[in-house]
Amino acid sequence: MKENIMGIVTETQDTVRKFVSMYEEHRDELLAGDPGFVSGMRQEAIEHFERMGFPPKKAENYKYTHLEPFFNAALSTHFTPRKLEFDVEEIFRCDIPTLDTHVILVLNGFYYTSTGEKLVEQESGVIFGSLREAVSRYPELVKKHLGKYADFRNDPFVALNTACAMDGVFIYIPENKEPDKPIQIIHLLLSNENEMVQHRNLFVAEKNSRGEVIICDHTLSNHLFLTNSVTEMGVGENANLDVVRLQNEHNYSVQVTNSWMELERNANGRNSTITLHGGKVRNNLYVKMKGEGASADARGLFLTDKQQHVDSFTLVEHQAPNCTSNQHYKGVLDDSSSGAFTGKIHVFPDAQKTMAYQSNNNILLTKEAKMHTKPQLEIYADDVKCSHGATVGQLDENAMFYLRARGIPKEEARLMLMYAFADDVISGIKQEPLHNRIEELVSKRLRGELSKCDNCAINCYD
Amino acid sequence: MLKIKDLRVNVEGREILKGIDLEVKPGEVHAIMGPNGSGKSTLASTLAGNESYEITSGEVEYMGKDLLELSVEDRAREGIFLGFQYPVEIPGVSMVNFLRTAINENRKYHNQDPLSAGEFLKLMSEKKSLVEINSDLTSRSVNEGFSGGEKKKNEIFQMALLNPRLSILDETDSGLDIDALRIVANGVNKLRSKENATVVITHYQRLLDYIVPDYVHILYKGKIVKPGDKSLAMVLEEKGYDWIKEEAGMEA
Repeated sequence: MKENIMGIVTETQDTVRKFVSMYEEHRDELLAGDPGFVSGMRQEAIEHFERMGFPPKKAENYKYTHLEPFFNAALSTHFTPRKLEFDVEEIFRCDIPTLDTHVILVLNGFYYTSTGEKLVEQESGVIFGSLREAVSRYPELVKKHLGKYADFRNDPFVALNTACAMDGVFIYIPENKEPDKPIQIIHLLLSNENEMVQHRNLFVAEKNSRGEVIICDHTLSNHLFLTNSVTEMGVGENANLDVVRLQNEHNYSVQVTNSWMELERNANGRNSTITLHGGKVRNNLYVKMKGEGASADARGLFLTDKQQHVDSFTLVEHQAPNCTSNQHYKGVLDDSSSGAFTGKIHVFPDAQKTMAYQSNNNILLTKEAKMHTKPQLEIYADDVKCSHGATVGQLDENAMFYLRARGIPKEEARLMLMYAFADDVISGIKQEPLHNRIEELVSKRLRGELSKCDNCAINCYD
Repeated sequence: MLKIKDLRVNVEGREILKGIDLEVKPGEVHAIMGPNGSGKSTLASTLAGNESYEITSGEVEYMGKDLLELSVEDRAREGIFLGFQYPVEIPGVSMVNFLRTAINENRKYHNQDPLSAGEFLKLMSEKKSLVEINSDLTSRSVNEGFSGGEKKKNEIFQMALLNPRLSILDETDSGLDIDALRIVANGVNKLRSKENATVVITHYQRLLDYIVPDYVHILYKGKIVKPGDKSLAMVLEEKGYDWIKEEAGMEA
C-alpha cells in the first residue's frame, strides 16, 4: 500500500528491513578506514536497531510524533560525499557578520572543505573538523568518547545513526583550554533529489576547559529532506560547554535531532534550541549529570505556522548530589501547526540536594493550533527542590487592550506580546552578536518576514 | 467634544449601563462619582473601545465622529486616553519600546515623522519630571513590579507623552497615598488646557480637592441620577452614597 505523506510517496516494504538491508549493502563503505573500533559498534548498533524497530504509533515517548512513515519515504541515501554542481560558498554565507567564529560546513551530512583541510589542529591542542577524519587520525582519542554518551542500545534513532552515519563534526577541547573563538557548525541540505541524511557530531570538553558551539540547520534546496542526527557531548570536570542550535529548515523537511550530554563534577552544560522554521521536527535532549555539583541549562523556543510540527523531548538525569538543572521551553503556534513537549526530570536515589526546575509555556494563536505538554518528575531522593509547570494559553487580552488603548495597532500589539513571550528564552543565550541576531530573526519570523533564510539565494519556502 | 446619548451596555449578558447621557466640551473637567458597581469603569472602558463590552443601544459622538465605529487604537490616536484603574503588567515589553511605539504610531496616524531616538529621549525626560516618575522605571518592563502608586504615576506619564484631547481617568486615585495623589493630580492639572477635556472617575471626593471639576455626575445602577457641580461632591462626602440610593429609590 502506498501512502501519501506530505505529498511524497512511501515505499511498501518493512521500514526496519529497508535500513538493515541498506546497512548490509553498504557495509564496505561504512567500514572503510576503520581503525578497529567502529565496525563492532556499527554492527552492534544495527542489531539493536533491528531488535527495537521504530517506536510504534502509541509509544509513550513518541506518541505525538509518529516518525516511521517518514523513514519509509522513498529517499536516496549517499555513503560518499557527492560532487555537487552548486557552489556552496556562493550560495551560502552566514549573515551574522559580527559573529566571529570558526565556521565548519557540513553538506548533506559530510564535512565540506574547499581547501582539502579536514581537521584544524590549533597550537593549544584544540581540534575541530571532520569526525570521519578524526577517527582515522586520532583513533584512541575518539574511541574514548564515540558511542559513549548516546545510548545506541536503547534508542532506535541513535542506533540507526550509529550504524550508518558517515561523517559529522568532531570538536576536542583539551584540559584547561578554550578555542580562540566559538565554533559554528552549519549543516546544509542541498540536493537535486529527495534525500535522507544522518550525521554524527562529537564534542569533547575536558577538565577545566570551555567551549561555545553554534549549530545552524539549513535547507538550501526545495527537496524533501529527512535528517536523523546525533550529537554526543562529554563535559569534563569543571568544564563549560555552551551549545546553541538554530533550526531553520523548510516545510518539507523532517528532522530528528538526538543530543546527548554528560556532565562530570562541577561541569556546566547549556543547550539552547531555537526552531524558527521546519516541517516536522523532533528534538531529543538527554542530559546526564554524573558528577556532584554539575549544572545544566536546557532551553527551547519554537515558532510554528501552517502545518508545521515541533516536538521537544527532554530527559534530565540527576545521578549525583548537589546538581542544578533548569529547563525552559516555549512555543508560539499559529495556523494549524502543532507542537509537543515532554520533559522529564529524573532524580536518582543518591542525588540529594538536587535543584531541578522545568517550565513549558505555549501560546496558541488560532483555534486550530494544538499543543501537547507533559512534564514529568521521577524523584527517588528525599532532600530535593524540584518544580515544574506547564501552560497553554492565548495572548493576554488585557495586555492587548492596554497596548491598543495607547494607539498601537492590533497587529503590532500582537507582535509585541509574542515577542515578549519568546524573549526570555532568547535572553538566556549569552553570546552577544548571536543573541542579537536571534532576536532579530525571531522578530522577523513573528512578522512573517522570514519567508526565506536571509543568507540563502534559493527561496525554499512556499 | 463628546456627546453620549442613551448609551446602554451589557457585560456578559447583564445590562450595566442603562441609558447614559453626557456631554463634555473642550476645556471642561467632569467628575463621575458613584458607589461600587454602579458602572463607572464600564463607561470608561466602553469609551476606550474595550471589545468585551456589548453596546446594545445609544450613540457616542466624539469630535464629530461616530466613536463607536472606531477601533480601540483609532480612538487612542484620535485623542482619547484611558487612564486604567488597574494598569496591566506586560513582562518582556520594555517601557521604552512601548512608549516609543505608542508615540510613533500616533504620529504616523497624523502623518508626522517618527521621533528620532534623541527626540524621544528628550520628550521622555521632559515629561518624567512632570509626574516625578522614578527614572529607572522606564528601563523596566511595562508596569512589571511597579507599586500601586508607580503604576498610577505611569498612567499620567503616558498621558503627558501622548497629549490627548480627552482623558478619562478611571479611579486614578485608588490605592494612592496622599503624596502620590498630589503628584498625580498635579500632573493632570498641568496638562489641562482650553482645548482638552478630562473625565475623572472616582469613588471618593478626596481627589476633587486637587482636581477641581466643573461638573459632577453621580452614577448609580447604570444611570446618571444626579447632575451637579463640585458642591455635589461635598454633599456626598458629608452624607455618603446612601442618600443617593434613597433618593433614586424614591424616584423609581
